[in-house]
Amino acid sequence: MSGALVFAWSGVVLFSLGLFGFIVHRHLLRRLLAFNIMGSGAFLVLVGLAQDGRGIDPVPHAMVITGIVVAVASTALALVVFRRWYRASGRTDLPEDT
Amino acid sequence: MIGFWSVPLLFALPLALGIVSLLAPPAWRARLGLAGLLPLLAASIAVFAHLVLDGPHTYALGNWNAPLGINLAVDGLAAGMVLLTAVVSSLCAIYAWVYLRDQPASSSFFWPLLWFLWAGMNGIWLAEDIFNLYVGLEVMGLAAVGLVALKATPQALAAAMRYLLAALLGSLAYLLGVALLYASYGTLSMAGLQEAATADVTTQVALALIILGLLLKTALFPLHAWLPPAHGGALTPVSALLSALVVKGSFYILLRIWMVLGTEVTPFATAQLLGILGAGAVFYGGWMAWRQHHLKQLVAYSTVAQIGYLFLFFPLVTGTGPEAARLAWDGTLMMLIAHALAKAALFLSAGNLILAVGSAHIGHLVGISRFRPMSLFSFGLAGVSLMGLPPSGGFTGKWLLLNSAILSGQWWWLIVLFLGGLLSAAYIFKVFRMAFREGPQVDHSVTPPLTLDVTALMLAASAILIGLTAHLPLAWLRIGSPFGAG
Repeated sequence: MSGALVFAWSGVVLFSLGLFGFIVHRHLLRRLLAFNIMGSGAFLVLVGLAQDGRGIDPVPHAMVITGIVVAVASTALALVVFRRWYRASGRTDLPEDT
Repeated sequence: MIGFWSVPLLFALPLALGIVSLLAPPAWRARLGLAGLLPLLAASIAVFAHLVLDGPHTYALGNWNAPLGINLAVDGLAAGMVLLTAVVSSLCAIYAWVYLRDQPASSSFFWPLLWFLWAGMNGIWLAEDIFNLYVGLEVMGLAAVGLVALKATPQALAAAMRYLLAALLGSLAYLLGVALLYASYGTLSMAGLQEAATADVTTQVALALIILGLLLKTALFPLHAWLPPAHGGALTPVSALLSALVVKGSFYILLRIWMVLGTEVTPFATAQLLGILGAGAVFYGGWMAWRQHHLKQLVAYSTVAQIGYLFLFFPLVTGTGPEAARLAWDGTLMMLIAHALAKAALFLSAGNLILAVGSAHIGHLVGISRFRPMSLFSFGLAGVSLMGLPPSGGFTGKWLLLNSAILSGQWWWLIVLFLGGLLSAAYIFKVFRMAFREGPQVDHSVTPPLTLDVTALMLAASAILIGLTAHLPLAWLRIGSPFGAG
């Protein structure tokens, strides 16, 4: 297995771990962390798989940088909404009744 | 020429307005926003007029070519969506300007978020590659979540959080699909993918991830649970924007990718499955809408149902003859446009009725027909299109879908179209029955400002007009489409 494929497979493992955490956990901060792990997994797949046997390719790097910006922005927004929700309701999870 | 140079303005203008209005003092933001509507509307019209006169074209932003630059493709569908976005957003913005006048906290953040939402949507309509579709999807999604959270009640915050979690999960699935596609084809552009597409396992897994992610974002039954609280619980102009335009963003991407890859790569059963889920959405959404007691929740469940019709596109276009596929394309786009106009009108007029009686409970609408006929008229006009009665856009769309189903021999979709219409009639008339019941003889209701009624009426009237003049928009939408300009 080439080095690039090792990255890609690690990415798949990270993505699956993150997905598991995202579904299992109820605490919103944990779900947010799980989302970030999933994101890192997707970025590793993006860079690793595209370079397998083709050498250095700048396009996935550009995409991952954009993706990181998106992930940071999403996390920041989620934190703001979470903090407001926590202040308004005193809960760290979402009501499951709806 | 003006139309060609207006293409980059479709992003530059809303992004600049978004940043400037964040920097401006809150009191100026609404006025700045109203001033910004006009140039943006003009740019959208210029792009559309250029398409109609000169045909489809691509635009390389800043003269940087793909893969590191960004290519934009303007065809009939893209320009049509740009124009639809401009019309619906402008009217919702004018509504919001009046509606939020005495809520300065919400108003000051509504405008920057609206501009970012607009930029994200234009990014989706014009993107020519699957990665910029992702970026557009995220800009639109994050702005939409912010808009839902504007109403700072605990319910709205929980709805925003749920919406955000669904959106994040959906876009990561989409991104993983993009990663797999890039790894196997070395290209992101739609045209490149269409040329290279083969039905191997990697492509099928990638497409499955992309479809799943987009279904979650489009809130197709049974992945719809986040939609009713978010759309029904937001501020009225926000509800209208979300239901009319934002859910169409992810559906649009699905439609584009299906035309590029889906018909070649996916097994026949996938298209049928999407149609069956669509049928489930029509029945479940209609049934749930009929059972609601909260007026805006009723309208939100109606969106769940109407999204279902759009998914009849997939079985009608995959593996059927060219004529049936062309009818399905026309019908789906007509349904999409008619729903955007009618649903925005329905939410805005529902907001007016709620303002008038001071309660969102449908039971409190008793006797309102005597005192607020105009709000109720807009509600009914939009309802005509949602039920699919002639001469509305909803009728034309359903008629085209019906012909396509008959032509391709898939009679079972006729049942969905027919029963779906009956269910829509049931929940629209549920509101009317209350409104026409004899109530108090003295007018206790508040009079909403005229602007609110006029914007709702304009949207409802255009949902009817688009059906009366359907051949023109349909001919324009076919420019540069996979089915030719015929």
